[in-house]
Amino acid sequence: MELLWDGYIEPLVWIVAKILAIVVPLLVAVAYLTYAERKVIGAIQLRKGPNVVGPFGLLQPLADGLKLFLKETIIPSSANKGVFIIAPMLTFILAIIAWAVIPFDEGMVLADLNVGILYIFAISSLGVYGIVMAGWASNSKYAFLGALRSGAQMVSYEISIGLIIISVLLTTGSLNLSDIVRGQTGGIWEWNFVYHFPMFIIFIVSILAETNRAPFDLPEAEAELVSGYNVDYSAMTFALFFLGEYANMILMSGLCAILFLGGWSAPLPFLEFIPGAIWFILKICFVLFIFLWVRATFPRYRYDQLMRLGWKIFLPLSFAWVMLVATFLVVFDKVPA
Amino acid sequence: MVVQALAFYLFATVAVLSATAVVTVRNPVHSVLLLILTFFNAAGLFVLLGAEFLAMLLVVVYVGAVAVLFLFVVMMLDINFVEMRQGFLNYLPIGVLIAVVLFVELALVGAGWTLTDGAVAVLAQPTPEGVTNVEALGRLIYTDYAYIFQAAGLVLLVAMIGAIVLTLRHREGVRRQKISEQVKRNRADTLEIKKVPVGRGI
Repeated sequence: MELLWDGYIEPLVWIVAKILAIVVPLLVAVAYLTYAERKVIGAIQLRKGPNVVGPFGLLQPLADGLKLFLKETIIPSSANKGVFIIAPMLTFILAIIAWAVIPFDEGMVLADLNVGILYIFAISSLGVYGIVMAGWASNSKYAFLGALRSGAQMVSYEISIGLIIISVLLTTGSLNLSDIVRGQTGGIWEWNFVYHFPMFIIFIVSILAETNRAPFDLPEAEAELVSGYNVDYSAMTFALFFLGEYANMILMSGLCAILFLGGWSAPLPFLEFIPGAIWFILKICFVLFIFLWVRATFPRYRYDQLMRLGWKIFLPLSFAWVMLVATFLVVFDKVPA
Repeated sequence: MVVQALAFYLFATVAVLSATAVVTVRNPVHSVLLLILTFFNAAGLFVLLGAEFLAMLLVVVYVGAVAVLFLFVVMMLDINFVEMRQGFLNYLPIGVLIAVVLFVELALVGAGWTLTDGAVAVLAQPTPEGVTNVEALGRLIYTDYAYIFQAAGLVLLVAMIGAIVLTLRHREGVRRQKISEQVKRNRADTLEIKKVPVGRGI
């Protein structure tokens, strides 16, 4: 009995508690990201944004969530039912499980995998299935076109993201996310974005495309596709797509913070008394603000321009950068052990 | 460890069941989705073996890239299910033959390991002492067998060029956007201000 408690039940309870400690704040963050998005875009367009429900409109996300929860879930009669229901669940689950390897502070990580960065890359490469399955199962041409666009787009930009990650890994010498952050401690001049500045820019543009955000939100181009792959979804099934998309945005911002902005490390050595998790969250907020800022500033790309940017510009550039970094490290004998 | 055994049986059962379903379900899209599930469970088995790098690679390459293209092709094709089933009996003997050959080979491998004394001891460890999985694999590929690896890369490059050459067609009359030319354009090239005399036009 004691073995059962010490060996299995106690660790299980601990893990579930840790998972909840990550997932619940994440979902709250997703809700308030939608609020922040509307406020930021409102400010940029000289509007007020949501300000009716609660003080400063702070309860607006809860009202929206409640509304989606109470609506009727409609399954189109011509849809492929099993796949139609699995698709949003898959999107949501994939957006959540990638957080298992994200280090919030020194040692504050659910699973400190040796191949952490590959795990995140693998999970984000699966994200395309949720969308493609949704588009196919809806049995509607708008949804299908949106899904095909999205699939091609995500597969294309994954390649340049992979190459950018490789060039960062070359200077770090580890696939472990905590080790990547540890290699950048000591101040803002140690962070990777200083050395990999062109790749930092390309990475930010690529994660915009990878998460299907403006100006690369072609899968849900309202004008042509009446919102794309999720046009046939309603109520909770739609909410799961929505939550998944925003959780993915936060995840990619976190990845950007870890790879380029020094994760939990403080920008200046005398600021180290502030807990690392706070720095990490601030950096995520910074990248998220760029997401919203870009959305309010740039018009949507045309599809062929999007593909041109991915394959003819980002891919060769990031390839060249990998070569350059590798050559530099070998010539100056700086290869990390 | 009970948990590991349970995880193994879970992954193995789902892998075998979904692999069976791949060839038995009627809808080809369901087939591909089940194939992806099979890949995923194989990756789980790799993790249990301690080969986490291979597991992640399996997911990234097969599930994330190859199967997506596969799914695209299957979705785009309008497949006639009835027609597809018609040749089933004709091909059955060949299919059974291949299955038997594969089964015998696998059985020989398994028997070889168990019947030979000390064979299990020389089995390569997925995680050698002191280094991580990734490092061990990197040493093998990039240090011990670097030239062979390069040769394999060249073969792939040739195949890639071949695929491009086979499918590249130059169509006449296609108007392409040249963004560099558009950016290079200045006001003198495109704009001309003319005074239009009243009542005469240009």
